[in-house]
Amino acid sequence: MVSTTPATVLTPRLACRDAPVIHFDNVSKVYVNQNRPALDHVSVDVDKGEFVFLVGPSGSGKSTFLRLILKEERPNSGAIHVAGKDLSRLTNFKIPHLRRRIGCVFQDFRLLPNKNVYENVAFALEVIGKPRRFIRKVVPEVVELVGLEGKAHRMPDELSGGEQQRVAMARAFVNRPMILLADEPTGNIDPATSIGIMKVLDRINRTGTTVVMATHDAAIVDSMRKRVVELEDGKIVRDQSRGVYGQAY
Amino acid sequence: MRANFIFSEVWIGLRRNLTMTIAVVVTVAIGMALLGVGLMINAQVSNMKDFWADKVEVSVFLCSKDAPFEACKNSRGVTAQEKKALEGQIRALPQVQDVSFENSAAAYENFKIQYGATSVLVNAVKVEDMPESFRVKLKDPETYDAVIKALQGAPGVSNVINQKEILERWFSLLDKLRWAALVVAFILVFAAILLIGNTVRLSAYNRRRETGIMRLVGASNLYIQLPFVMEGVIAGLVGGVVAASLLIIAKVFLFDSVQTYLPGGQLGWNDLASVITLTMIVGVLICLLASFVTLRRYLRV
Repeated sequence: MVSTTPATVLTPRLACRDAPVIHFDNVSKVYVNQNRPALDHVSVDVDKGEFVFLVGPSGSGKSTFLRLILKEERPNSGAIHVAGKDLSRLTNFKIPHLRRRIGCVFQDFRLLPNKNVYENVAFALEVIGKPRRFIRKVVPEVVELVGLEGKAHRMPDELSGGEQQRVAMARAFVNRPMILLADEPTGNIDPATSIGIMKVLDRINRTGTTVVMATHDAAIVDSMRKRVVELEDGKIVRDQSRGVYGQAY
Repeated sequence: MRANFIFSEVWIGLRRNLTMTIAVVVTVAIGMALLGVGLMINAQVSNMKDFWADKVEVSVFLCSKDAPFEACKNSRGVTAQEKKALEGQIRALPQVQDVSFENSAAAYENFKIQYGATSVLVNAVKVEDMPESFRVKLKDPETYDAVIKALQGAPGVSNVINQKEILERWFSLLDKLRWAALVVAFILVFAAILLIGNTVRLSAYNRRRETGIMRLVGASNLYIQLPFVMEGVIAGLVGGVVAASLLIIAKVFLFDSVQTYLPGGQLGWNDLASVITLTMIVGVLICLLASFVTLRRYLRV
């Protein structure tokens, strides 16, 4: 549908800045053996540098939305563009390159228990073949950015939940992704610690990284006053800039 | 950096699955050794066929005094006239290319060469015990039947032996051994494939956390899969080395000692080297394919 004109090829940066970073056009997803669609004709654009809350009850399609961005799932219909790429035309061989531009944070942290903080963050760079010199330089910077300076050699089980989530955020951000996806990052963390996590996400957002965060946490959404996209039964029922968790009308 | 990372992953994988790795190594080693033995028998047979192709003769043994053959009954050994008549008769046969006469002394010498001068068998035999014979060389070794028919029962002849027939019997024995070795090798290769599949699957399950994160941060498929494939290949390689030493032992203690009974066409180190190379390649290739196919099923990328 979007033809690659010479202009977009020659000036990719400009093209990225103008086009939305995430573009869903009439996307539907029905899982096998299920009648009800997980996503039902969803169209939404997220621009570069935006901070978006994805809210809605369990089973409303938030996780499906995030999985579609990563191309872990394929839509049954509709078009998805991420970071200027049409995902339907992205070959399996190219998927890893897409994922290098997207950082991910989850409710359950997903750290490697036998590696310390530094090694957990460095792992993300090692497996995409970054040179050791580069890793030595950037990992301490990112560990400091998430507020874990001095704890680089702790093992995950020596850290609190909030600190473990900071490690996960450092790992997600260390490769300077264009987009950071967070799937209920404060789900396992007490409210006081959650504020610290949100500060880190905000700091990451201020570097120009687009952040999409799925959450159930009304207090956080209300305090941040960012764009809110609400899903219900796979449909977008609300899309507000500077929104709150509950229905505002 | 990259190589470093992959090798440390491979090492961790092999260590975590040590028992399975050993099972793979043993199965591959025995399977490849049997495949190698089959190939070695093949080489041995073709070497022997080359060696004997222009040497096979029909031996016409003559009656000596008191020879225990039916045809020699009431005979006091072959007479000079009988010998002369026989030679004429043999030369007259259209299939015959050449005839030579081997007296007892020459037969004894050949016997000694074949079995070694110090062997017990040689010491027990006296020169007079060795039968005299005509060695008949045929234009075409396949036409021995007519020659045997014509000479069997002629006066003074004790019996006629076709060397080709003896060789054929020996070759058919080797042929059966080869097939037995290849069938067992095939079964073991099958077992090895299943074992490798299982090992790789276990390995992938053990490291599902790591591979999950690798997928998430955008590691390439090669980077995710290579440690698992390398595990299989290294197990295959170690198995191949063990198989190679088994084959060297087989050559020295089995194939070389066979030479004592049937000389000619000895299996050289060259033959062995090519057999070992081939089995190594087959072993590694099987491991490579087995790990790769399993990974495609159990490591979604």
